[in-house]
Amino acid sequence: MQMNELLSNKSEWLKGNGPDSNIAISTRVRVARNLEGHLFFNRANAEQREKTLLKLQDALARNRFLKGAMSLRMKDVSELDRLFLVERHLMSREHMQDVPHKGLVVGDKEIVSVMLNEEDHIRLQVLQSGFNVMEAWRIVEDIDAELSKKVKFDYSSKFGYLTSCPTNTGTGMRASVMLHLSALVMSGQVDKVFDGISRLGFTMRGFYGEGTEFLGDFFQISNQVALGHSEMEVLDNLERVINKIVAREKEIRQDFLNERKSELMDRISRAYGTLKSARIITSSETIKLLSAVRLGVDLGFVEDMDIPGVNEILLLTQPAHLQKSYNMELGPHDRDVKRADLIREKLNT
Amino acid sequence: MKCDLCGKKDATIHLTEVVNDKVTKLHICEDCAKQKSMEMQSHFGLTDLLSGLMDFGSSIPGGEQGTDTGVKCPVCGMSYLDFQKSGKLGCGKCYETFEKDLGGLLVKIHGSDRHVGKIPFKGGDDLEGQKELQRMRNELNEMVRAEEFEKAALLRDKIRDLEKKLDGQEQ
Repeated sequence: MQMNELLSNKSEWLKGNGPDSNIAISTRVRVARNLEGHLFFNRANAEQREKTLLKLQDALARNRFLKGAMSLRMKDVSELDRLFLVERHLMSREHMQDVPHKGLVVGDKEIVSVMLNEEDHIRLQVLQSGFNVMEAWRIVEDIDAELSKKVKFDYSSKFGYLTSCPTNTGTGMRASVMLHLSALVMSGQVDKVFDGISRLGFTMRGFYGEGTEFLGDFFQISNQVALGHSEMEVLDNLERVINKIVAREKEIRQDFLNERKSELMDRISRAYGTLKSARIITSSETIKLLSAVRLGVDLGFVEDMDIPGVNEILLLTQPAHLQKSYNMELGPHDRDVKRADLIREKLNT
Repeated sequence: MKCDLCGKKDATIHLTEVVNDKVTKLHICEDCAKQKSMEMQSHFGLTDLLSGLMDFGSSIPGGEQGTDTGVKCPVCGMSYLDFQKSGKLGCGKCYETFEKDLGGLLVKIHGSDRHVGKIPFKGGDDLEGQKELQRMRNELNEMVRAEEFEKAALLRDKIRDLEKKLDGQEQ
């Protein structure tokens, strides 16, 4: 697979075919690992970083679960392409900087990505469409086990996997599910969700737009704790928590349908109308309006769109995707114009 | 809403962190966010921000400000003060070097300082072997003390075999 093939690929998270995909957009599980006998990235010099990178690239190239994967050196990737990879959730923003000895391996279906020399030597991530925690973990385990036969991880029987930041020490695992919680937001119950998840050591973050506000009622829920609980305990708890939230969101959506249908339809139709006719639109407005349309699709108000279609526009209207789609560099204002063009084209055909 | 830090500009970044029932909310402007940490500038992810926002020099539990015992990690040369400043450890050996301080910190972060999750394939094999070796050595001591020399001789041979096997794995 090549970098320029990605644009025409369907990214895993936008497929919209996983369990509960009307509410759960995607599931992600990642583990952090470091190599024994190699200094952590922040402490290593250029030569040591390079040695770590080469060793890991070699080990991953021989991993039977990563056949046909694309292996990149970040220094060879343009700034625009780096942002493009971030927007596709294949790497972190942190990985865009300090690039000389950083690497990225992306599996052929964009389900698996491995950041090399990020904060930790290895950040292995698996992305699944919808709410699919156990399947994501299964794939992580396969690749992790295979990798651990070829390299030795920094590990202590007391503290577990040793990571650069103590927030990851132990399992090194963070599992998260991206949820679309329009009804919970509208009913003012999102704070209750905060309370609910906190009891089990989970945390809630926003979906990033161009800024970092909580946009479009998208929330990412993930575990915060990595020590004292096994991976399965954490994943099991996460599943329970998400199940509860999804069930509550469904209930309230139904209540709204019964009691506030006109208000809801008005809001969704206006959003859809704006998207179909706007000539200039920012990224954050796009996310907010698409959020309403996404709800409309689920409730059956918007019949000529489907969830994958909404997800696709969410992905393609991000800055780097826009610029790659139109194959030109665009400043903020031009992006807002082209974004509106792209949305109209997608919605009016 | 004004920025919690400078109180002048509009807060455009809203952070909420919930760990073990404790909710922390912070509303800040982009300029303060940039100043606050480089990490924040590049990555607004909350989890990653945790370390950036916690001023490791003063507010992080487990390590008191200015605690510098002069102890440095023999492998990477990091001191606990360096760690308090950066929030990041330098190598695996740091965990052993600063075990006492880190243990307290890990309890504050995770509610525990004991890993109960999976063991890596390779390291795990060694670990189980090492545990077995330790158990056999203890047993040997008991046998010698009880003057069961014949049994002890057999066990000593087993121990040597296992030691050889584990040494082979290490190489």
